[in-house]
Amino acid sequence: MAASQPAARAQTSFTLDRGEAVPAVVGDPDHFLIIAGLSWSAKDVGKLTGEAPNAFLMGGAMGGAITMALGLALAQPERAVLAVFGDGECLMNAGSLSTVGCTQPANLAMLCVDNGTYGETGNQLTHTAGNADLEMIARGCGIDRTLTVHSEDQYADAATLLRKDGAPRFVLLRVSDAAPPAYARNFDAVERKTLFRRALLG
Amino acid sequence: MNNSPVGQDSWPDALYDKLRSMDISLFTYVPDAGHSVMIERALADPAATTVPLATEEEGVSLLAGAHLGGTRGALLMQSSGVGNCINMLSLTNIGRFPLLSIVSMRGDYGEQNPWQFPMGQGAQPCLEAMGTICQRIETPDEVLPAAEAAVNMAYRSDQSVALLLSQRLIGAKPF
Repeated sequence: MAASQPAARAQTSFTLDRGEAVPAVVGDPDHFLIIAGLSWSAKDVGKLTGEAPNAFLMGGAMGGAITMALGLALAQPERAVLAVFGDGECLMNAGSLSTVGCTQPANLAMLCVDNGTYGETGNQLTHTAGNADLEMIARGCGIDRTLTVHSEDQYADAATLLRKDGAPRFVLLRVSDAAPPAYARNFDAVERKTLFRRALLG
Repeated sequence: MNNSPVGQDSWPDALYDKLRSMDISLFTYVPDAGHSVMIERALADPAATTVPLATEEEGVSLLAGAHLGGTRGALLMQSSGVGNCINMLSLTNIGRFPLLSIVSMRGDYGEQNPWQFPMGQGAQPCLEAMGTICQRIETPDEVLPAAEAAVNMAYRSDQSVALLLSQRLIGAKPF
């Protein structure tokens, strides 16, 4: 095996607790229409919102959360839209950041909960635990309003940035590889879609 | 609706007008020669929104998000792009999201680039395996009735429907 291959379960240097950090950075979730990526991000958002009708949680289709939120943002230009997703999801479709960068939706905020690991499959390291920096990738895609959060004293700035419309925003929230708060989510996508549309569109 | 026959050269414009008349306003695409007229029409249409994609699967999830927000759209792609969409069609399938895909075929009638055959021939079986209903179009006369049927199946019945525009219709590219 090549010497550069990282150990499968090495520790990251990220320390924030996602169960505290995600609610602190999102703030009042009723401000947003929310698309959550699969796995732990869906649990973060499920726990935070109680799966209110303004949140749609992925349970698969890895890599689709950012563009799903983009489509929602284009369809609802008067509403603030938030995508919450993990680093693994973002890496799988990093090109979607370039689609956001070219489209420049004024009402789209993105929160990447970056724990440097594939949590649900046993905390194997992702590329963000190595040399990949998703904030730099977002900036390179033309998303100019970005912030990496390493410590609790940045939560307020991150929450402000997510609410500052006019251009797409990207917050990289570096959290430890500890599991999210326990939450038994609804996996019925038809039901969740129908509730979301009924609440939004009448 | 008026689905009178259209000519060999005029079907792309007629198809665009048909989609717009049925409230399709969001056009997501990875460019292809077979879609060039539709893309140009969408870009020139102030009432339409266009989103060029880095990969076709982005359009699958983007249009699902647009549906949550009440907007109808279409995904324009070449048959090679179908392969890039397969897992993302899980979202469409399990959420019973409407999806209208318009696929310009390669690796089909008269193809001269052998690299196009594997995905060209695999496109329809892959789509069908993921729950997408395929309607293959061979002649200009079929375009408008098939488009109207597909929009209704997608947006009135929450189905994923793909129109496969064959190379007999669009012509094989010379190499």
